[in-house]
Amino acid sequence: MGNEEAVFYSRVLTELTLSFHIIYATIGVGVPLMIMIAQWVGIRKNDEHYILLARRWARGFVITVAVGVVTGTAIGLQLSLLWPNFMELAGNVIALPLFMETFAFFFEAIFLGIYLYTWDRFENQKKHLLLLVPVAIGASFSAVFITMVNAFMNAPQGFDIVNGELVNINPIIAMFNPAMPTKVAHVVITAYMTAAFVLAAIAAFRLLKGSNHIYHKKALYLTMKLGFVFSIATALIGDFSGKYLAEYQPEKLAAAEWHFETQENAPLVLLGVLSDGEVKYALEIPFGLSMLAHNNPKAEVIGLDQFPADEIPPLYIHYLFNIMVFIGMWMAILSALYWFGINRGWKRVSSRWFRWLIVLGGPLSIIAIEAGWWLAEVGRQPWILRHIMRVEDAATTSGQVDLMLMLFALLYLILGIGSIVVLSRMFRKNPVEQELEDRHMEKGGDLH
Amino acid sequence: MNLEIIGITVLWSFLFGYIVIGAIDFGAGFFNAYSLLTGKERILTKVIQRYLSPVWEVTNVFLVFFFVGIIGFFPKTAFYYGTTLLVPVSIGVILFAIRGSYYAFETYGSRGHKGYSFMYGLAGLLLPASLSIVLTISEGGFIEMVDGHPVLDYWVLFTSPLTWSIVVLSISATLYISAVFLTWYANKAGDVSATDLLRKYGLIWSLPTIITAGGIIFELRRHNFEHYSNIQTFWLLFLISFLMFIGTVWLLWKRRNYGWAFGLLAGQFAFAFFGYGASHYPYLLYPHLTLYDSFTNPAMAISLIIVFILGLCLLIPSLVLLLRLFLFNKDYVRGKDNFHV
Repeated sequence: MGNEEAVFYSRVLTELTLSFHIIYATIGVGVPLMIMIAQWVGIRKNDEHYILLARRWARGFVITVAVGVVTGTAIGLQLSLLWPNFMELAGNVIALPLFMETFAFFFEAIFLGIYLYTWDRFENQKKHLLLLVPVAIGASFSAVFITMVNAFMNAPQGFDIVNGELVNINPIIAMFNPAMPTKVAHVVITAYMTAAFVLAAIAAFRLLKGSNHIYHKKALYLTMKLGFVFSIATALIGDFSGKYLAEYQPEKLAAAEWHFETQENAPLVLLGVLSDGEVKYALEIPFGLSMLAHNNPKAEVIGLDQFPADEIPPLYIHYLFNIMVFIGMWMAILSALYWFGINRGWKRVSSRWFRWLIVLGGPLSIIAIEAGWWLAEVGRQPWILRHIMRVEDAATTSGQVDLMLMLFALLYLILGIGSIVVLSRMFRKNPVEQELEDRHMEKGGDLH
Repeated sequence: MNLEIIGITVLWSFLFGYIVIGAIDFGAGFFNAYSLLTGKERILTKVIQRYLSPVWEVTNVFLVFFFVGIIGFFPKTAFYYGTTLLVPVSIGVILFAIRGSYYAFETYGSRGHKGYSFMYGLAGLLLPASLSIVLTISEGGFIEMVDGHPVLDYWVLFTSPLTWSIVVLSISATLYISAVFLTWYANKAGDVSATDLLRKYGLIWSLPTIITAGGIIFELRRHNFEHYSNIQTFWLLFLISFLMFIGTVWLLWKRRNYGWAFGLLAGQFAFAFFGYGASHYPYLLYPHLTLYDSFTNPAMAISLIIVFILGLCLLIPSLVLLLRLFLFNKDYVRGKDNFHV
C-alpha cells in the first residue's frame, strides 16, 4: 500500500469512527442533563411519573454510554495510530485539554456508577439527584475539553515554529484559541438539543404505538419544551459561529456558502447546484451573508477568489451546511408550534401526523449533528492543523490501514445493531404501565 | 527528581492501577462465562456481578488516562508507537469495545444472556494478551527504521519466545489476580461455595504466573542483555515480590486472611512492575527512544502536573466514596440491598 492509500484509508477510518462515535457521544452529553431535569421536576412536583421518566432514561443511557465510552477510546487511540505526526505535535501543544478530558471522564464514570446503584437507597430523593450533578458536569466538560482540541486544529496558536522546532509553547493560550468559544458552545448546546429531540421522538413513538398513558405525554411536553429552548440557543450561537468564521477562517465560510467573489452586500446562497462554476437554482437571501458574517448588510465578505486553489475545502460542504441549518430551523419551528399549541389547546399538535413529525425529528437531529461535524472537519481541508500541517503529511506510514478499516466497520455494525436490539428489548419487556403498577404493588398500598 | 521521572512515575502508576483492576475485571468476566459453560453459574455469577457492576466504567478510565497521558508527557511516543502499533492496538481496541459494550448489554439489557456473556468473557481474556504486545515491542529488536519511519517486523515478533511468554503471563496473571481478589470478595459476602471455587482457581493459576514471570527474565538475557543486566541491579525488589507471592499462596492454601492474601498479591505485582519499569529506564523503546529525547516542553510538563494534582483532589474523594458505598459496604457486598436503576 502506497502512502497515498494510507492517507486515504486513514481518513475514511477516522470519518467512520467519528461519525459512529458522535451519535453516542452526543446522547452521552445531552441525556444526563435531561435525566437531571426530569428527576428535579419530579421531586419538586412530587410527581412519580417524572421520577420514573428519569429512571427509565437512566437505564437506556447506560447502554449508550457504554458504546460511547468504547468508541471514544477507539478514536482516542486512532488519533495516535492513524495520525502519529499530528499527535506528536499536538502532544506538545494541546495535550492539556486532552488530559483534562480524562479527569472529566473519570469524574463522570465514578458518579454514574454510584448514581445507577443507589436508586431508592436514600430517604431524601434530593440526595440521590445530587449524585447526578457530577455526571452531567463530567459529561458536558468532556465535550468542552475535546472540542477545545478540535478548535485548536481550526485556529492553532500558543506556539511558534522556528527552523522546524516548536518554541514559545503556551498550553493555556493554545486552549483558549479564537475558535474555542463558539465551537464549544455550539457542540454542547446542540448536544442538549439533540438529546431532547431524540427523547421526544421516543415519547411520541410510544404514543403512536398504542400507549395513551399520561406518562408519555408528560415526557413529550417536557422534552419538546427543552428542545425549543436549546434550539433557540443553538440559532444564536450559530450566528456567532458565522462571525467567527468570517474573521478567522474565511475560506471555510466562503466554501460553505458558495461565496466565490469577495464583495459587499453579499447574499446568502441556499441549496442550488454548481455547473461550470455557476450557481444555479439556488435560493438567495439578499444581504444574508453580510449579515451572518458581520451583522451589517453592506459589509464586505471575503470570497474564495482570495485563496490559492489547493487551500480551498471541497465545495460539497455547502450541502452539509444547508442540511444542518434547515434541520435546526425546522426543529425550532416544530417545537415552538408544539409548545404554543399545547398551551393554547390546539388539537392539531396532538394529532397523529404531528406526532409522526416529532418522531421524524429524532433521526433528523442526529443527521444534523453528523452534517455539522462533517462540515467542521471537511471544511478544514486540506489542513489537519490550519496553515501548519496538511492532512497528507500527518498520516501514518503503516501499510495495514485498509484491513483495520474493514475490522472497525464490522465492529461498529455489531455495536450499532447490538445497542438498538438491547435498548428496544429492554423497554419492550418492561413497558411503563407495567412498571408503574409494580411500583404501586411494592409500596403495599392496595393489596387485594 | 526531574520532570521526566515524575511524568513516567505518574503514568506507570496508573498503568499499574489498570493492570490490577483491569485484571480483576477481565478475569471476573471470564470466570463468569466459564461458569455458565460448566453449569456453575449459581455459585459464581451473583458474587461476580455484584462486584463488577458499579465499577466497570472506572476501570476503563485508567487505560484512557495512561494513553492520553503518555502522548502529553512524551509526545514522540505517538510517532514511534503510533506508527508501529496500528495492528496490535487496533485489535486491542476492538476487543476492548466488545468487552465493554457487551458487558453493559448483558448487565443492563438482558441479564443472563449467554451469548453476550461469552462475548465479553472471551474478549476480556484476549485483551490483556493483545495489549501485552506493547511491552514486548518496547524491549526492542522488533522495529526497524525504514526511510526514517519505524516499521514493525511481524515475523520476528510472532516467532519470538519472548512474545509468547509475555502473552501467557498476561493471561495467567489476569486469572490469578482476579481469582485471589474474588476469593476475598466472596468470603466477605459470606458465600462459602464461591469462596472455595475461586480459591481453587487462584491456586491453579499461581503456578503458570510465577513460572512465566521467571522465564521472561531468563529470556531477556538473550533478547536484550542490557535490560537483563539492569534487572540484576534491582534483584531486591524482585526478591520481595517473590516472597510476597509465596505469602499469598500460603494464605490461600491455609484458607485464611484472604484480605491479606490479596494485599500481598498487590504488593507482589507492584514490586515486580516497578522493578521492571525501573530497570527499563531510561528507554521507552529500546534502543530508539528514551524518556529524555521524547519528553515534552517544560511549559506543558508543568501544566500537566498541575492539572494532575488538581484532578487528584477531585478524584480521590470520589473514589473513596465509590469504594465505601460498594466495595467496603457490608450490606451491599452481602447482597442485602439492591438499588439498581
